[in-house]
This record gives sequence, C-alpha cells and structure tokens, in this order.
Amino acid sequence: MTRKTRRLWLIIACVACLGAAAALMLRAFSSDIVFFVTPSQVATKPPPADRTVRLGGMVVAGSVKREKHGETPVARFDVTDGQAAVTVRYEGILPDLFREGQSVVAVGTMQKEGFVASEVLAKHDETYMPKEVAEALKKSGKWDPRFGPPPSAASWNSMTVQDAKKDLSPKEHAAPSTN
Amino acid sequence: MLSPELGHYALALACIFAAAQGILPLIGAHRRDRRVMMLAPGLALGQLFALVVSFLCLVNAAVTDDFSVQNVAANSAVTKPLLYKITGVWGNHEGSVLLWALILGVCGAAVAAFGRNLPSALRARVIAVLGAVAAGFELFCLTTSDPFARVWPAPMDGQGMNPLLQDPGLAFHPPILYTGYVGFAVPFAFAIAALMEGRVDAAWGRWVRPWAVAAWCFLTCGIALGSWWSYYVLGWGGYWFWDPVENASLIPWLSGTALIHSAIVVEKREGLKIWTVLLAIATFSFSLSGTFLVRSGILNSVHAFANDPARGIFILGLLALVIGGSLALFAYRAPSLTAGGLFAPVSREGALVLNNILLCSICAVVVTGTMYPPFMSLLFDRTISVGKPFFDATTIPLALPLFIFMGFGPMLPWKRAQLWPVLQRLWLAAIVTAIAFLVAAFGVSGLLPVLSCGVAVWIIAASVTDITERVRLFRMPLAGSLQRARMLPRSIFGTALAHAGVGITVLGLAAMSQAQHKIVEVPVGTTEHLAGYDWTLTNVTQEPGPNYSALVATIEIRHHGKLVTVMHPSKRSFNSQNQTTTEVSIHTNLLADLYGVLGDKHGTDAAPTYVLRLHYNPLAPWMWLGALVMAIGGALSLSDRRMRVGAPRRAKLSAETVTAA
Repeated sequence: MTRKTRRLWLIIACVACLGAAAALMLRAFSSDIVFFVTPSQVATKPPPADRTVRLGGMVVAGSVKREKHGETPVARFDVTDGQAAVTVRYEGILPDLFREGQSVVAVGTMQKEGFVASEVLAKHDETYMPKEVAEALKKSGKWDPRFGPPPSAASWNSMTVQDAKKDLSPKEHAAPSTN
Repeated sequence: MLSPELGHYALALACIFAAAQGILPLIGAHRRDRRVMMLAPGLALGQLFALVVSFLCLVNAAVTDDFSVQNVAANSAVTKPLLYKITGVWGNHEGSVLLWALILGVCGAAVAAFGRNLPSALRARVIAVLGAVAAGFELFCLTTSDPFARVWPAPMDGQGMNPLLQDPGLAFHPPILYTGYVGFAVPFAFAIAALMEGRVDAAWGRWVRPWAVAAWCFLTCGIALGSWWSYYVLGWGGYWFWDPVENASLIPWLSGTALIHSAIVVEKREGLKIWTVLLAIATFSFSLSGTFLVRSGILNSVHAFANDPARGIFILGLLALVIGGSLALFAYRAPSLTAGGLFAPVSREGALVLNNILLCSICAVVVTGTMYPPFMSLLFDRTISVGKPFFDATTIPLALPLFIFMGFGPMLPWKRAQLWPVLQRLWLAAIVTAIAFLVAAFGVSGLLPVLSCGVAVWIIAASVTDITERVRLFRMPLAGSLQRARMLPRSIFGTALAHAGVGITVLGLAAMSQAQHKIVEVPVGTTEHLAGYDWTLTNVTQEPGPNYSALVATIEIRHHGKLVTVMHPSKRSFNSQNQTTTEVSIHTNLLADLYGVLGDKHGTDAAPTYVLRLHYNPLAPWMWLGALVMAIGGALSLSDRRMRVGAPRRAKLSAETVTAA
C-alpha cells in the first residue's frame, strides 16, 4: 500500500461521508424546516395544511376557553400580533408560564377550523419574550422595547402606533436594568 | 472577613496572575531560561488560590443573605433553602462566568501539579496558554459582568431564584458540564504548545489523552444530567429538545469523542498528528462558542441568562482572538509537522479514521442545523427553526454506520488487518444481533427504531465478545481466563465498557420512540388505562412547603389488579415570583418509567376536575445509565497504569532542526 493509494482511500471515505451528510441536510432543509409565522401572515396567506409552522404572538386577554371532549381537555385561545388574531386549538396541559396577555409560541398546522397546535411553548422566564415574537411586534410598530414592557394584548387590535407612544408614562421610560 | 470587596480584589489579582502566567513562561521557554519557566507552576497555583478566595466570597455573600450585592439581591431570597443559596451562585450569568474561570484555574493548577514528567518547556507553554485564556475570561468577568457589584440602597429581601432552577439535578449540572467544557482547554493548550514547538510525537499523544478523556467524561455526565433534568422537571416527557444550548454542548462532545480516538493513533502509531492538533483546537473552540451562544443570546433559547450587547461583543472578540489566533498558528506551523506511519484502509487506524470522519460529519450536521436559523434571520430576515425532525433525519443515518463499525473496530489489529478473521470471531454477536432484529421487528414500530435496536445490541454484544476473546473465556480453564483478565490493560476494559454504554444509550433512545402517553381531564376517583396499567386518581390535596404551596395528587397504579406504586405528582405555586412549577412523579423499575404529571384544576369547587398527563416510557433510564457507563469506561481507562506512570521519555532529537517558535 503506497502513500498515494492510502490517501486515495482517505479522500474517498471523506467525500462519501461528507457528501452523505450534505445530501441528508439538503433533503431535511427542504422538508423539515419549521417557519415562524405571525397571525397577520396566517390571515393573509395561510400555510398549507400539511406544513408545520410556529405561530407566535401574544395571548389575547380573556380569549382562553377550556373545554372537555370526553375526557380530553381542549384549550382554545387567540394569538395576536396586533394586526390579526388566530384561534389556536390545543389538546393537553398548557405550560406553567402560559398567561393571558403574555407571549406564546404554538407549534402546529393551520387547518380549516383554525390553528391546531401540537405543542405550546411559553418561556422559562416570565419577563422574557421569545425573540421571534418581540421581532414581530417591533416590525408591526406595536412595541418599542426601549420604552418599557409590551402593552397588554387586549388593547392591540384597536391601538395605533401613535397611541402606543402617547401612552407611555415617564416611569416606563427608565429602561429596566439588565442586572 | 470574606467581604465582596475582598472577592473583587482577589478576582483582579487572579487576572494579573493569569496575565503573567500567560506571558512569562512563554518568554522563558523561548529563551530556554529555566528560572523563568519555573515561574509557571507557582503563578498557576497563585491564580487558583486567588480564584478560590474570590469564589468563596461570593458563596459567603449568598449564604449570609448580603442583599447589598446586586447579584445576590437579584437571584436569592431569605426563604431560599441553604443548598440552593450555594448552588444559586452559579445559577446566573455573573456567577457562572466566575465558576468557569475557577475551573480553568483548577485545570492550570492540575497541569502544574500533575505535569511533573512533562519536558519543562512544553509544561511552561501549556500553562502559559491556559493562563492567557484565563486572563481573557477573568477580564470579561471584571469588566462586563462583575459578580460583586454593590447596590444602594440594599433591598430588604432578594428577588429569589427562578423556581425551576431550584432542583438538585440542576444544582450540580453546571459545574459538571463546565468542567467538561473547560477541561478541553488542556488538550487545546497542549496543541498550541506543540505547534509552538513544531513537534508532535507519540509522547505528546500519551500526555494529551488523559486530559481529553477526563474532560470527555465530565462532559458526558454533564450532558446526561442536563437531559435528565429536563426529563423530570419540565414535565413534557421529553429528554432532548435539540435546543441550541443543548446542541452547543453536544457539538464539543462529538468533536471531543473524535479527539480521544484520534489521539490513540498519535500515541500508538504517530499517525493523524496534524488532524489531532486541529481537533483539539476545534473542540475547545466549540466549547467557547457554546458559552458565547448561551451568554450573548444570539440564539433563542430557554437557557439565555441575559441579552447584553457589551457582553456579546467582548465574548465575540475573545472568541475571534482565541480561535482565529490558534487557527492562524495552525496554518503557519502545521506543514512543518511530519506525516506519520502508513496503514492499510482495513486496520485499527483505518477504523479510527472512519470513526473520526463519521463523528465529524455528524458534528458538521449539528453545527449547520444550529447555526442555520440565526444566519437566516441575520442575512435574509426570515425566522425559521430547525428542530427534532431535521436532526433525526440527518444524524441517525450517519450514526447507524458509526455504530456498526464500532462493533469490530476495537478488534482489528494495527497497521494491516484481514476483515474475515475478525468477523469470524464475531459470529456469536452477529447471531445475537439478528435475534434482536427479529424481536424488534415484531415488537417495535418504525424502521429507524428497529434498526437502532439492532445496532445497539450489536455494539453491546461485540464489546462483550472483544473482552471474552481477549481472555479466551471458555477456550481455556476459567482460572486461566481470570489470570489473563488480570493481565489485560484496564484501558481495554474501559473501551469495551464505554462502547457498551453507547449501546445502552442507543437502546434507551430507540425504546423511547415507542413511549405512550395520554392526556385526560378527570374528577377524583376515575381510573385510566395506559400501557397495561390502571392509573386511578384517588385524592388531591393542598399542602404547604417552605417557600411555596402545593397541589398534590395521589395516583394509584395497578397492574392486573396488583398495586404497583402510589405516585404524588404536584403543582407548586411560589408566592415570591407568582410562578408555578410542575413536579413530575416518576416510578421506575429500570425497564420502564411510569411518569405522571398534574395539570390545571378545572370545573367548580364542588365538582373539580384535574388535567392529568400520564406517560409510559420504556427503557427511559437506560439513556442516562448508558451515559454513566460511558463515563465510567472513560474513568477506567484513565486509571490504566500507562496513562499515569511510565510516560515515555521523548526520543532525543538527532539535530536541532525543529526548534522552538
């Protein structure tokens, strides 16, 4: 076995494995990536029913309804980004940090009867907002994190950007210290 | 006595010590000045002492409820139990950075204390590199995240810790995980020192391997502990979420596993030298990036402590300096390292190369999957996430061949081997595997779980075969076999045990894909059926705790009418933070976990109903048990005499052609 043939074997093995890895990744990227959508995006252009997406926004205050189908608990709540609201249906235990008026991410699919979530995530820290939700709020002009905590979800559908700025009390201007 | 100011001073002192430790020994090694080189161990021990004092000051502030210290006020409270006052020290950003620095200090001092048989120039350089890295981290701690900052006026009580973190599993998870992360700084320092000297040889491989194996053991335990914590605390019945932070610990584990295998080739055959040096650099770089990803909040994660741009920029700079600098040195110096011995594709070396290629492919997949979402949002402003489906679809097909080759790799002879004799020796393992396949095909649904069960049994059977073949069990009298077993180096047992541990973990993972669960909302007195068990909710009561009040359910579980266990899942409400946590109740018989979660209380007070989540998780404990077996295998191989004594003296260089940097 000369140095050259040995090197050839090495290169073949490397190329085969990395090629397989790249092929697997490309296949997975086309089918297994989960996109983040806001309620307004769902309202304008609903994703296909077989596509899993992450729906993020704030839980509209007073929208949480709990029902029982046989022995299965079903929760329904509206998620809003200030532009539109989508009703989410979830079978199971809502996480401990799930609150009305706070941010939430629901993973699931858009069906005819509404968004059916397979998983509902609220973050560990109650002062922490999922980055994707915060981004979506900032983009829609409903919230500027420099001016204090996000406004309550109930007020959003009627609120304009000007209202949000006017509404700020001087206390809220003081940026909360991070440590 | 142990005031926060003293702690702050000690931290600054440690930083100065570390800076001196990073510079002076290098000068000494360059000038071949023994006296300057001999400063290195003293400086490393001095730095460790200062860090210990600093850390004790912070612990003291937390234990004595000194709320004038910002960090304690923000993370502790009078009512918090003592254990969590101590462990809460590293449950936040500032404290965890200090802990990180402390462990790095321990690593430096360990090299100083146990590295007596190293050549003095190499030892001085290794300690210097560790000192330079430590200086960076201590500067980071001092300038952007001072754990000793005072607050005025001091509050009467602290804000308390996140109740989720108030758990023994999580209390000890960070120190163990950090020891794993930071431990890879030692192989990194050895790699940099070797590049400076321009020399990597068998002796280098033998010196570097124990450090890498030790760090790997800690990292393995740390990851397993974290996974176990999320399993029994978060109450989802899941054990691995492919969360960016979890991936940040898995990536250095994968490259570190490749490193401990490629270092064997350096030690035994002087091959793969350049590659091993690169792996050592990569593994520590991944560990550092892991910290960076957590601390800066660049990745959305449940673990993010604080999102502070100043910290992110500092860490990014530190990262660029360490990784960029070491890679530049590598590019400059690596060509001067000579190539090692020849080997045929079918040989022990060949198997280890294949192990490295496959592990690195998996590592590349995990890195891509973890980094893709932040890059997409940065470059194209699209928010996406990459989760379990992606990682399952990409890592499992790459892991399966790795597991298959793992079976006969350790049985191949060095240099050049015949595949057939090895396969002949494995006939029994192959039959056992075939039976496992058939059993799995009938009892388990899904192609991947069946294949995984098969390869898991294959790994375990092949590891057992490796040992029985070496001791000639049943081929000679038992006493002779025992005698042979006593003569066998412990590292052989370590390898077999660690490989069997992988098999156990894979078996657990495969079985967990068959887990069953049920979510119901029922009044007291109802019986549910799941996986052949009858679960009866008999009672729900309200009970007080030290700093919370709990809603406790009583669930009796019967199997064919016989009482198996009574479990008490509960829901705790913490008054100080207005938070609730879910306390899962788990009954295990090591073959399956019965897992009960109490959810919300609904209905009227006269006729309340409770949401219950019931899980049946087959072989769940095996996932963590396997990790523990892997770590024990690593520790066993560390206890091998060859790792400790008789470290080879370096062959005298014939000429001074390869000189120091």
